[in-house]
Amino acid sequence: MKVIKEKHPLVMRWTHWVNFPILAIMIWSGMLIYWANDEYRITLFGHTFFSFFPDWFYNALHIPHRLSEGMAFHFLFMWFFTLNGIFYVLYTILSGEWRELLPQKKSFKEAWLVLLHDLHIRKMAPPQNKYNAAQRIAYTAIIVMGIGSVITGLAIYKPVQFYYLTWLCGGYHFARILHFALTIGYVLFFVIHVVQVMLAGWNNFRSVISGFEVVNEAPKHIIDITPPPPSDEKNIQ
Amino acid sequence: MKKIFSKKQKAPKKPLTIEQKISRRNFLSFGTFIVAGSVAYGGWKWLYNSPEEARTVTAGARAPLRRALNKTELAFRRVFSNNNLVKTYPKEMAAKNVRHNSDIGSEGKIDIDAWKLQVKKHSGEVLQISLDDIKALPKTDIVYDFKCVEGWDQISHWGGVKFIDFINHYKLDAETQLQYVGLATPDEEYYVGIDMPSAMHPQTLLAYEVNEGPLPPKHGAPLRLIIPVKYGIKNLKRIGTISFSDNRPPDYWAEQGYDYYSGL
Repeated sequence: MKVIKEKHPLVMRWTHWVNFPILAIMIWSGMLIYWANDEYRITLFGHTFFSFFPDWFYNALHIPHRLSEGMAFHFLFMWFFTLNGIFYVLYTILSGEWRELLPQKKSFKEAWLVLLHDLHIRKMAPPQNKYNAAQRIAYTAIIVMGIGSVITGLAIYKPVQFYYLTWLCGGYHFARILHFALTIGYVLFFVIHVVQVMLAGWNNFRSVISGFEVVNEAPKHIIDITPPPPSDEKNIQ
Repeated sequence: MKKIFSKKQKAPKKPLTIEQKISRRNFLSFGTFIVAGSVAYGGWKWLYNSPEEARTVTAGARAPLRRALNKTELAFRRVFSNNNLVKTYPKEMAAKNVRHNSDIGSEGKIDIDAWKLQVKKHSGEVLQISLDDIKALPKTDIVYDFKCVEGWDQISHWGGVKFIDFINHYKLDAETQLQYVGLATPDEEYYVGIDMPSAMHPQTLLAYEVNEGPLPPKHGAPLRLIIPVKYGIKNLKRIGTISFSDNRPPDYWAEQGYDYYSGL
């Protein structure tokens, strides 16, 4: 029998979808700013493997020579990014939703099992509540990253007025590197997140818009455990 | 009669089936999602295509974004304090090759002996001050991390007179009651406006030395502004005139879409 199972509260859904375009704008305007001094690259033993970012990338996205524009957008949308984040965090604390979200002691061990399960190496995933262990870690980490972006952002935005934040972030240079690295982190998170959502399917995706999942709850006493047909393997041929 | 009324009353609703509940909630939430998403997209289109601001003391930014920059300035002015100082370094850490980005308004050589700093007082009186007069004032050195709006920074060593010492010596207290200081190069090709609190910050210098030697032309000989609470764009080279005003003085980069305040 089909049953509606509540999953995501309204505030969580709103803040999630409000954050998505805001973060996209922050990343885009951040690139307009970064372009003016694009000094970061991955270099090992004197060989540069990748420079952030190649010209074709900048040109494809029309990044070059838009520093002032980037700053104007970045310093407007930073307010929305921060306020939306504060709203979500406060809600999560006050509603008690944090209990479903924060990693537990066992989460760090279990996350490996979840990973092995997702990679089809292990058959069974550990039992879970709303989120599995890997999700608890990922969705908490992304909030910590968001806080990190605000702090490192302020540290490079007002390094004199917020000198203690700049100090906390390891200085102006390191704060800028962290701010950049966190952004790369969002992009990686986004890729994995979208793949996972696609793999999880419609019911799961819908729950972040509608708030509920539909589950089949068969009355327990009816269940008959039927052995799998023995001809299974032959059928494959 | 009673019966007619009771007929009009709604019959008790049949509880929705599970399928009805699902499609009802899907319809409402996806409907909201699509409407809100469309509104957000429309809002973004509006902002992105919004007209450029009318050219005043600022120019070159989208009008709503300029308003936002000005509002954001007000918010961050509240955290500005003379107690918040830029970090300083030992002079050994100062760069020997000081980065040179631009010399709009300070190209070519300048006759330092003929040069005079003009200070336009509120009364209309104009002070003509020679470099020797300025060098006679107490000297202050600062080694700090100079920050460019482009994102680079460099530890550099500057020497000169504190702006506040200069103000006190020339008895410009009445002028500092105004809200802004305007500086311009002798040819008026480059000009900046500085809010008074930032100008009066204890680390703001009228500098005539870099790395303990006289300023070379490319770094703004004979006198330049060093204002660590601002991005490099506000650190005007080769000062010609200083003026005071309650209105924002013209500012070169604020006319190119940059934030007027540009404070750090």
